[in-house]
Amino acid sequence: MFHKSRPVFILVLVALLFSLVGCGAQPQADTGPKVVKVLTMQQAGPTPEEMNAIVAKFNEGNPNVKVEIEYVSYDALHDKIATAMATTPPSYDVVLVDDIWYAEFAKAGYLWDVTSKIDAATKEKVFAAAWDITTVNGVTYGMPWLLDAKYFYYNEKLLAEAGFNAPPKTWEELVAMSKVIKEKGIVEYPIVWSWGQAEAAICDFVALLFGNGGTLVDAEGKPAFNNEKGVQVVQWMLDTIDAGISNPASVSYVEEDVRNVFSQGKAVFAVNWLYMYELANLNKDESQITGQVKFGLMPAFEGSGVESATINGSMGFSVVDKSPNREQAWEFVKFLTSEAIQKEYSAHLLPIWSSNYEGEALNELMALNEATPVTVPAFKAQFPFSHVRPKVPYYPEASKALQLALQEALTKVKTPKQALDDAAAKWNELQGK
Amino acid sequence: MILARRADAAMDLPMTQAALPKPRQSLRQQEARDAFLMLLPGLLIIFVITLIPVLYTFILSFTDTPLSNPRPQNFTGLQNYLAFLKQPLFWQTIWRTFYFTVVSVGIELVLGLAIATLLHSRPPGWKFLRTSLIIPWAVPTIVNGALWRWIYNADYGALNGLLLSLGIITKYQPWLTQPDLAMNLVIVADVWHSMPFIVLILSAALATIPTDLEEAAQVDGATAWQRFWLIRMPLLKPAILVALVIRTVEAFRVFDIIYVITQGGPAFRTVTISYLTYLESFSYGKLGSGSALSFLISIFTLAMALVYIRLLYRPEGRQ
Repeated sequence: MFHKSRPVFILVLVALLFSLVGCGAQPQADTGPKVVKVLTMQQAGPTPEEMNAIVAKFNEGNPNVKVEIEYVSYDALHDKIATAMATTPPSYDVVLVDDIWYAEFAKAGYLWDVTSKIDAATKEKVFAAAWDITTVNGVTYGMPWLLDAKYFYYNEKLLAEAGFNAPPKTWEELVAMSKVIKEKGIVEYPIVWSWGQAEAAICDFVALLFGNGGTLVDAEGKPAFNNEKGVQVVQWMLDTIDAGISNPASVSYVEEDVRNVFSQGKAVFAVNWLYMYELANLNKDESQITGQVKFGLMPAFEGSGVESATINGSMGFSVVDKSPNREQAWEFVKFLTSEAIQKEYSAHLLPIWSSNYEGEALNELMALNEATPVTVPAFKAQFPFSHVRPKVPYYPEASKALQLALQEALTKVKTPKQALDDAAAKWNELQGK
Repeated sequence: MILARRADAAMDLPMTQAALPKPRQSLRQQEARDAFLMLLPGLLIIFVITLIPVLYTFILSFTDTPLSNPRPQNFTGLQNYLAFLKQPLFWQTIWRTFYFTVVSVGIELVLGLAIATLLHSRPPGWKFLRTSLIIPWAVPTIVNGALWRWIYNADYGALNGLLLSLGIITKYQPWLTQPDLAMNLVIVADVWHSMPFIVLILSAALATIPTDLEEAAQVDGATAWQRFWLIRMPLLKPAILVALVIRTVEAFRVFDIIYVITQGGPAFRTVTISYLTYLESFSYGKLGSGSALSFLISIFTLAMALVYIRLLYRPEGRQ
């Protein structure tokens, strides 16, 4: 009954089983360098080359840490983090987190509580608004990194050709100017937006909604974007498309499309994050309109009593709770967000350190590179008018419902009122769960 | 080595039989057992990497497990399934996915058959044609998606440039913002990418059809059309079936090309069932209902495969 070769079978089987079991848990050697894997995006902040330079500097002081950086697009970042966290140990030690995800990730237990690791001096020197981004219910889950808002850009040369020497202060003025621009045949569509089916659409909508005196949610956290103010805003968006003022392709665009169209001189106005300034105005490889780009304060609607309103789109770097190298990861996060590094790379990203924006330090910051003389004053003028989106654990699903509503209204599948009411019903349903 | 082992076992046999008054196992049984043992490693691997995840997903589909803690928890019975079956969004998505599948695979099959027939008649330059046909298929789907997103771009896309220079449109059009058009544009991108696969399969099948059959029919006075329908088509059926089943299953689960070209927009008009599953599972973090959706996809795909087999496959001799 027993064959001679039976033991061979059993041996092969056991070996196979072990090889399968071994797939998951490869214990890390204690002696080698600790690996810190970072997940971030390229759309804002330093370029990958600059990031590599930052890592090289970090390694001068921390030779025993190996930093590996992976980039994804903003629209893939949330889902990539959420999937990576399902394994132990997770695929990343440090992740870039948008302010709208902090509540969800904190509730899910993905992020390391670093409240006690932040000393009083750091706490004091970073903008209070920046701490709000990484803090949920009094617990701090990371270092703020990017303080951003959507800015109103205009092409000074093209606007001058239309006979205007100042940017519009209200959206009504923008419509009036756009009609002249169209009549003179300067561009086909004067303004380009990111109204595609993505978070970018919510950002533009929030800027317009608060600029009309509206809000996303009321004091009780119930959806308020479907009231009269919200409906007016969506109707205005639709009307500007119909009138050929807003580029109709905006309905399929995200930020990079906006940058491409604006950088080709095919739009006089654009709404985008701060990163577009350097690329559109100073970078000849990326833009055909260098030297023509200016900032205006984000307009608001007449009669709303609002001077300006925009979206707060800030992000922070956090350490993953299940990471085996949390201490090393935190060291890297501190280095990446340190005052010295942030000042050095301020062409693409303004510092979170408030002391840089006053007195002598401000002059120093503005003299650091070609971009900061323009971006720093723009930040100081625009950021105080920025509004945050609700910090709720179900944000991604709520946002998708509102994205759908905007898309349905802008493609005339539903009326603005109907579309916004449907999204509000979904928000209420999510809240009730 | 196996041969040697078998000879070895055969030689063992008489001795074993002599030792035991009644053989406990016949040669056949022994062979079956050895075969099973030899297959076991393979079966084990299939079990670990395929069956366990499938079973795990099946269990998850009856729970409301969040992605943040993917151990099955909070059993909710059939609730995930029932909730979807009651949702208009689900049925719209299913209908849209069927539309994508039928139109896309339909065009691919007709065009694929036409091109394969053309290549089979060896026109001048057919080798060049055959090679260049592989290119779209060799392009990764993600790259294909990025390519078509650029072609369709409203402000600097090649499609607008082409149509404008031909005088078909008077100004650039925002193609991807039109709810009724977006899905058809995705279909064009998919056809461009996947049709070469059908051409390849059908070309290979055409090459195996003996030429004397058609020649004999020609001698008997059959027209070209008759030869095509009555001789080629029946012989091509098995190849068509294979191509159809593979492409239909693939098309029904389409995800990547949509993720890149439209992100499901405008207004969810290009959200297919796989995209919805992705949104549920990873964007909204609802692993339980995401699993239920993926099982619903499997059921639909299985049903379609069965329909095909019923329609096209007849065992030999029953025709």
